[in-house]
Amino acid sequence: MTEPRDAVELEGITKTFPGVVANDDVDLTVREGEIHAIVGENGAGKSTLMKILYGMQSPDDGVIRIRGDVVHFRSPKDAIARGIGMVHQHFMLADNLTVLENLVLGSEPRRGPALDFESARTRIVELGSLYGMPLDPDELVETLTVGERQRVEILKVLYRGADILILDEPTAVLVPQEVDELFKNLRRLKDEGVTILFISHKLEEVLAIADSITVMRQGRTVATVSPADVDVHQLAELMVGSELPTPETTESTVTDVVELSVVGLGSRNEDGRWDIEDITFDIHRGEVVGVAGVEGNGQSALVDTLLGVRRADAGSISLAGSDITEASTRDRRGAGVGIIPADRHRQGLLLPAPLWENAMLGHQWLVPYAKGPWVDKKGARDRTAEIIDRFGVIAPGPDVPAVALSGGNQQKLIVGREMIAEPSLLVAAHPTRGIDVGAQADVWDEIRNARRAGLAVLLISADLEELLGLSDTLYVIFRGRFVAQLDPRTVTPDELGAYMTGVGVSR
Amino acid sequence: MRRILLASLAPISAIVFSLIVASIALMLVGRSPITAFGAMWDFARTSTSVASMINRAVPLYISAVAVAVGFQMGLFNIGVEGQYLLAALFAGWVGGNIVLWAPLHIAVILAVAIIVGMTWSGIAGALKVTRGVHEVISTIMLNFIGFSVIAFLLLNYFKDPNGSSLNLATPPLPPSGQLPNLNWLFGALGFSEPRGIDLHGFAVFAIVVGVFYYLLVWRTRFGYELRASGINPGAARMAGVDPNRMIMNTMLISGGVAGLVGLAAVFGNLQSYTQDFPRNLGFNGIAVALLGRNHPVGMALGALLFGFMDRSALILDLKDTPKEVVTIMQGVVVLAVVIAYEVVNRFIERLEIRSAAEATREAVEGAAA
Amino acid sequence: MTDMRTEIETSSAPAWAANRWMRLAALIIGGVLLLAVVQSVSDTSELTTSGTWAAALRLSVPIMLAGLGGMFSERSGIVNIGLEGMMIAGTWFGAWAGWSYGPWQGVLLGVAGGAVFGLIHAIATVTFAVDHIVSGVAINILAAGSMRFLSVVTYTPESGGGATQSPGIKSQIATFDVPVISDFFNWLEAKRIFFVSDASGIIAGLTSNLSWLTVIGLAIVPLSWWVLWRTAWGLRLRSCGENPYAAESLGVPVLRMKYYGVVISGALAGLGGAYLVVVQAGIYREGMTAGRGFLGLAAMIFGNWNPVGTMVGSTLFGYADALRLRQNEAVHALLLAVAIVLVLLAVWSAIRRRYTPAIFEGIFGVLFFTWYITTDSVPSQVVAATPYLVTLLVLAIATQRLRMPAADGLRYRKGEAV
Repeated sequence: MTEPRDAVELEGITKTFPGVVANDDVDLTVREGEIHAIVGENGAGKSTLMKILYGMQSPDDGVIRIRGDVVHFRSPKDAIARGIGMVHQHFMLADNLTVLENLVLGSEPRRGPALDFESARTRIVELGSLYGMPLDPDELVETLTVGERQRVEILKVLYRGADILILDEPTAVLVPQEVDELFKNLRRLKDEGVTILFISHKLEEVLAIADSITVMRQGRTVATVSPADVDVHQLAELMVGSELPTPETTESTVTDVVELSVVGLGSRNEDGRWDIEDITFDIHRGEVVGVAGVEGNGQSALVDTLLGVRRADAGSISLAGSDITEASTRDRRGAGVGIIPADRHRQGLLLPAPLWENAMLGHQWLVPYAKGPWVDKKGARDRTAEIIDRFGVIAPGPDVPAVALSGGNQQKLIVGREMIAEPSLLVAAHPTRGIDVGAQADVWDEIRNARRAGLAVLLISADLEELLGLSDTLYVIFRGRFVAQLDPRTVTPDELGAYMTGVGVSR
Repeated sequence: MRRILLASLAPISAIVFSLIVASIALMLVGRSPITAFGAMWDFARTSTSVASMINRAVPLYISAVAVAVGFQMGLFNIGVEGQYLLAALFAGWVGGNIVLWAPLHIAVILAVAIIVGMTWSGIAGALKVTRGVHEVISTIMLNFIGFSVIAFLLLNYFKDPNGSSLNLATPPLPPSGQLPNLNWLFGALGFSEPRGIDLHGFAVFAIVVGVFYYLLVWRTRFGYELRASGINPGAARMAGVDPNRMIMNTMLISGGVAGLVGLAAVFGNLQSYTQDFPRNLGFNGIAVALLGRNHPVGMALGALLFGFMDRSALILDLKDTPKEVVTIMQGVVVLAVVIAYEVVNRFIERLEIRSAAEATREAVEGAAA
Repeated sequence: MTDMRTEIETSSAPAWAANRWMRLAALIIGGVLLLAVVQSVSDTSELTTSGTWAAALRLSVPIMLAGLGGMFSERSGIVNIGLEGMMIAGTWFGAWAGWSYGPWQGVLLGVAGGAVFGLIHAIATVTFAVDHIVSGVAINILAAGSMRFLSVVTYTPESGGGATQSPGIKSQIATFDVPVISDFFNWLEAKRIFFVSDASGIIAGLTSNLSWLTVIGLAIVPLSWWVLWRTAWGLRLRSCGENPYAAESLGVPVLRMKYYGVVISGALAGLGGAYLVVVQAGIYREGMTAGRGFLGLAAMIFGNWNPVGTMVGSTLFGYADALRLRQNEAVHALLLAVAIVLVLLAVWSAIRRRYTPAIFEGIFGVLFFTWYITTDSVPSQVVAATPYLVTLLVLAIATQRLRMPAADGLRYRKGEAV
C-alpha cells in the first residue's frame, strides 16, 4: 500500500436547527484505511455530522470531499454511490422482511424486473463467510438476536460495496462478548482496506479500537488525537471541558424503616417470556438503591411493574407496609410513588402543552391542581411558577409549551413536579441522561437532599459514576434477574462490569 | 389575537380554495359562478333560510362534537353514522309508542338515544380494549351491521302498522313527545318569522352539547386526562391514566353524543324514524370537526357554513345551475382544510419554538446578569 | 460454513411450497365436501350449482379488486379508506366512457378515474402528511359529491339518464365458455352424483359464460403477488410499509413508492367500479357501489394483507351475496356449514391445547347450530351484514394471526428518522 490518502475531508460544516446549532464550522479529516473514532457527549453534534456525511441531511454551509473530490449529497443514495455506508444506532431493519430482503433492498440483483433471489442468496452467504458473520438469508429479521441484527446492518453496508463505514454508537446495545466479536470484525474489515468512522461516548472502547480520535463538544471539533498520546481522563476532559463532576454522598442517612419491599417479583411479556424474574429487595427511608446493568436487561420492565403500568405475574410489592401488587398506577402514585421516567419525551411530558399542564401530570387529581372533578388552572399555574423558581428551571413562565425548553430544563421540571409532591418513594430511571453537566449536578443535589429528608430512592442508571456516587446499596440486573448485591463503597468498576455482563453468573 | 388570526388562516384559505374549485367547475359547465354565488347569498338572507340553515347545522354540529371527543385522545370514531341512525330508530320507536308527561317523555327519548348510541360505540370500544381491534375498522364494520339491523327491525318490528308501506316509519311522536319550535326568537330579535319552515326546538340541545363539550374537555380532570392521552399516551399512562378505561369512556361519550344527532330530525320535520331518514350526517360531522379543529366555537361555525351551503344551494336549481356544486365544495373544503392546517401548523410550530427559544435565552441572560 | 449451507438448502423452497399447495388443495376439497354434505341434509339445492357460483364470481371480483387496491396502498404504508370513493369514481367514469365509446374504453377510463382520486389521497397523505383516515373520509365525500355533480351536468339531458343514473353503455364485454371443461362439468353437474356433481357445479360455474374482464381481474391476483413479493420494485414498496426510515436510509425513494402504491390502489378500486358497470349493471346508478369499497377493505384484512387471502375473503363475501340473491333459503343451510366448521375448529384448537379459542369456537358453533335448528330462514338483512360480522369476528378472535404492515398508517416525513 502506498502513502495513505484522505478518505473523507469535512471543512467548515455548519448545520442549524430551529433554536440549536448542531454543527458549527466543523472540520474533520479521516485517512484511508483507518478506524477513526468521533467522541463527544450526547448532543455534541456527532450524529448530525454523520447524517450529513451520509446525505440524510444537507449542511447549511461547508464542503465535503471524498478522496479529494468535492461532493454534494442530496440523499443517502448519492453517499452510497460514493462508497459510504452507515450502520445506525437504532437498527434500520424491517422486522417482517427476511434477512435477504433487508440486505438487498435498494440495490437488488435483478433478472429482468424480477428480483434475482438465487444470486442474492449466494452473495450473502459468500460475504458472511468472508467476514465471519454467518447469517441465514431466508430468516425473518424479527427472530434474530441483537448481535445478529447488527451483523445484518454491517453486511447490508458491505453488500453495497461500501469502503467507508460509519458506525453510530454500535456498542450501545451490545453485551461485552458481542463487543469483542464486533471489534474482531472491525479489525478484519480494516485489514481489507475499509475506512471506519466509529461514533461513541465510551472512552475505553474508543481507546481500544481507534487509530485516531476526534473529540466534539457543543457542535464543534475540539481536537484530533492519537490514542497513544492520551488516557481516559484527558479524553474525558476534552469531551466535557473540565473534570467530570463526581457525585458523592456524604454520611449515610439510611433508616430502619422499610419503605418499599419487593419479593420474588416477575413479569412476563406478550410472548410469555419473563422480562423480569424473581426480583427481591428492600428500600429503607433515606436510602438510595441503585440498579446497574447493560440496557435492555429488564430495567424498563422493572420500572413499569413497580409503577403498575405492567402486570406483575409473580411476587409482591408493598409500600410502607401495605400490599400494592394489584393496585392501579393512579393508586400507587397517590400513595406516594414518584417517577422520573427513562424517556422524558415518550413517558414524561406533553410536549406541545404548556408547562402548567405538564407540571400537573401525574398529580392531576391533587390540590392545588384540581378542585374536585375540575381543573384548577390558577392553582396549577401558581404551583408551576413555584416549581420553576425552586428548582431553577429556566423558562419564561408557566404558559410556554414544554417543547420550547432545553432537555436539561425539561428534566428539572419533571424532577421538580415529583419532588414538590413530597413522594415517599422515587423511582428515577436514567435521571441525568442527555442533559448538560450543570443540570446533572442540580438533579443529583435534589436526590441527595430528598434522601436526607427520608425519601426512598430506586435509581436505575447506565452511568456508573452516578450509581456508585449516589447509591447506598447497589444491585446488578442481568437478563431480568438481580445477580448481585454490592457495596458501592468497596466495589470496583471491573467487578461491577463482570456482573453486568453475566461473567460468573451461574444459571 | 394573533393566535385567533393564525387559527382562522387555515379554514379561510380552505374555503377560498373550495370557492375557486367550485367556480372552475361551474365555468366548465358554462355557468357564471358570480351569478350563482350571488343568488345563494341573496336567498340565504331570509328568516326562512336562516331557520332552515340552523336546522341543518344542528345535527352536523352534534355529530362533529361526537367525533371531536374521540379526536381529543386520538380515537377515530367513524361509526357516528351507524350510531346515530340506530339511536334515532330506537328513540323514534320508543317515543312514538308511549305517552307521558311531556318533559319526562322527552327525557325518555333523549335517554334512549344516548344509551343506544353508547351501546353501539361501546362495542367498538370493548373490541379495542379487550382484543386490540382498531376502532376505525370496527366502527366501519359496525356501521354496515347497524344499517342491516335497522332495516331488519324497521321492517319486522318497529314500523307503524297504520303508516304507508312505501316509506316505512316508526309511529309519529304524540304531542307529549314534541318539542316546541323557536320561531318566536325571530320576532323577539326584530325579524320576520320564518314561513313554511320552523326553527326546531332541538337547536337548544346543540348549544347544551357544545357547552358540555367545552366544560368536559377544557375544565375537568377527565378532559385533561383525555387530552394528555391524546398528546402522549405513554406519559399519561405513567401519570396514572388507565388507557383502557380512557378508551372505553371516550368511545361511550362519543357514542352517547352521536345518539343525539338523529333526534334533530325526529324532533324536527319527520317526527319519527323513517326509511328515508337523513344519511351521511356522521361523515359530514367528521368534516365539520376537521373544519372547526375540534373547537366548540369553530365547529359551530363550520356546521353553520355547511348548513348555509345546503340551504342556499336550493336556489340554484331555479337558476338552471346544478346545486350539486355545493357537495363538491364541501368535499374540497375538508381536504383543503386538513392540508392547510398541516401547513399552518408547521409554520406556527417553528414560530413558537423560535419565540420560546428566544424567551429562554433572554431568561438565561437575565439570570446571568 | 458448510454446515450452514446444507441447513439452508434443506429448509429451502420446494418442499415447503409443495406443502402449502397441498394444504390449499385439502382445504378446497374439504370445503366442497362440507357443502355437499350440508346440501344433502338440508332442503336446498343452490349451494353448489353452477348458477350460484357464476354469480358468486361476478359479485366477488369487484370486492376483490378494491381489496387488492387497498393492499397496494397499505403495503406502502398508507391506510386507504377512500377506496369507496375511488370505486365510485370508477363506476361513473366507466359508465360515461362505456356509454360514449364502448365497454373497453369504459374500463380504461374507470381505472383512470379511480387513479385520479388515488392521486389526491397520495398528495394529501404523502406530500402533506395528513392523517390517512381523515383524507380517506374526505375522498369519499368529495368523490360522491363530484360524481353527483357530473351526473347532473352530463346525464340529465340524455334520454335514459338523470341526476342519479346514466344511459346504458354501448355494449357488453364479450363472454366465453372455457372449451371442453365447461361443457364436461356442466354435463357432470346434471348427473346429480354426491360430491362429484357438487364439485362439477362449482367448476362449471367458474368456467362458463366468463367475461374477459373477469379473467383480467382474476389474473391480477397472481400478478400482484408476483409484483409485490418477487420483484425489486415490490420489495421496495413493501419496505416503505414496514420501515420507511430503513428504506430511506438505503436510498429507496420512499415518497415516490408511496405515491405508486396509492395511485395503483385507486386504479384497482376504479377497475372494480368499472367492473360493476361494464360486467354487471350496464349503467351507472348512484350508490351502486353500496359499500363495496369498504367490503374490499374488509376482505383485505380478512386476507391478512395478502392477495390470495384477499381473494378468499372476497369469494366468501361474494358467495354469501350470491346465495342471498338466488335463494335466500340456501343461506339457512349455510348456518349448518358454519356450525360444523366452528366445531371442527374448536376440536383442532383443543388438540393444540389452545383452550380459550376452543371454548369460543365451540360456543359459537353450538349457537349457530341452534339457530339452524330453530329457524327456517335467515333474514336477508342479516346476510347483508355477514361480511362485516365475519370480519369483526376474525379481527376479534384471530388478531394475533393478522399482521398488518408495521408502519401502516403512520405519518412519515422525509429525514425525520431518529
